[in-house]
Amino acid sequence: MAWFKRSPWILHYNATSCNGCDTEVIVSLTPLYDLERFGIINTGNPKHADILAVTGSVNEKSVQALKNLYDQMPNPKVIMAVGLCAISGCVFQDCYNVMGGVDKVLPVDVYVPGCAARPEAIIDGVIMACEILEKKYAEWKKGRG
Amino acid sequence: MNSIYEAYQVLSMAERALVFLVLAPIAGGLLAGIDRKLSARLQGRYGPPVRQPFFDVLKLFQKERIVVNKFQNFNIILFFLFTACSGALFFAGADILLTVFGLALAGTFFILAGFSVGSPYSHLGAEREVIQMVSYEPMVILMAVGMYQATGSFKVADLVQYEAPLILYLPGIFLGFLYILTIKFRKSPFDLSMSHHAHQEIVRGITTEFSGPALALIEITHWYENVLLLGMVYLFFGFNPWIALVVSLATYLFEIFIDMNYARFKWQLTLASTWLFTAVAGISNIVVLSVMK
Repeated sequence: MAWFKRSPWILHYNATSCNGCDTEVIVSLTPLYDLERFGIINTGNPKHADILAVTGSVNEKSVQALKNLYDQMPNPKVIMAVGLCAISGCVFQDCYNVMGGVDKVLPVDVYVPGCAARPEAIIDGVIMACEILEKKYAEWKKGRG
Repeated sequence: MNSIYEAYQVLSMAERALVFLVLAPIAGGLLAGIDRKLSARLQGRYGPPVRQPFFDVLKLFQKERIVVNKFQNFNIILFFLFTACSGALFFAGADILLTVFGLALAGTFFILAGFSVGSPYSHLGAEREVIQMVSYEPMVILMAVGMYQATGSFKVADLVQYEAPLILYLPGIFLGFLYILTIKFRKSPFDLSMSHHAHQEIVRGITTEFSGPALALIEITHWYENVLLLGMVYLFFGFNPWIALVVSLATYLFEIFIDMNYARFKWQLTLASTWLFTAVAGISNIVVLSVMK
């Protein structure tokens, strides 16, 4: 049995967000929404994390940090694009420095829509990410033999 | 009332140690779960289920093993072994000094693990852990010394069955021990080297570079350590098992309460306040006891 569903730990990275979605991620930790009741912890450390939650569009500067964080996370891992900017670049997609959504550089598994994404949507996204995490674990285990 | 001790005396030393090795992680994990639930309630949140620490550890064992340095996990395994051994010795009724030194050695390996990796956060965490160790170690040794002064024995089996309440001889030592217990439990205001709470200023301190199974082992070691420390609290009230159990549990709840109410101290304040407390409560207790005897 896989236990990822019961204890998904999140790493939150702000690629080029306006802080709207970041605030919503923090809000989902507050007593009103309390992410921790599902065992979800917001770790500040890629080595402990299972889910990488990215807010904001990816630009030429943040892409290196983003890839670096992703590489440091142990398998199985899932990427969650939180908010419209992380999904497509939104109104910033034509800016000269913006590369677009997170899926331009990394394989995104869950898209959480909204500008800014609501805490309910973020929690919903994490629960979806858990399912994918379990699937990825099964595949990864099979591949490892 | 004495049925606990009778059951304890039926078992041989090896069996007692084995019982500890099997039961301590379960008890420690439950205590950690109660800690998280209660902390959440104190903050007005619903909180995770009490079994959450077990889910976390089981998940961590399923994660990929990432090793940045071959000494990294070696040190963590030694940290685990020495902590479990000192706990087993303690609960088997062996020498309390050996337990105290075994625990110090385990702490040393944890620090070495922190220094063996490249992350500056881990190094900073390890440096802070050294300071924490310098802070609490005198009081831990004074506790063993005080117990010897009161009972004339270092053996835990003798201490726990000493007919008079040890707390009456060692009130100062108990208070001092309570103070350093916050450091040992890694609770605020003394959670300098690593914290269970999110967003510490040095990421995750010593555990920054540890992932998957190694992190799970650190967590389990922490459970063993907590049970052992509560066992030491138990000794002070060993004359009555029920009072002792209640006080041990109350101590743990008290530490959670302290954790929720304090911001993190600087290392200077940690060191100065702990040594001051050790001197005033611990050493004066020993001096008074030696004058009285």
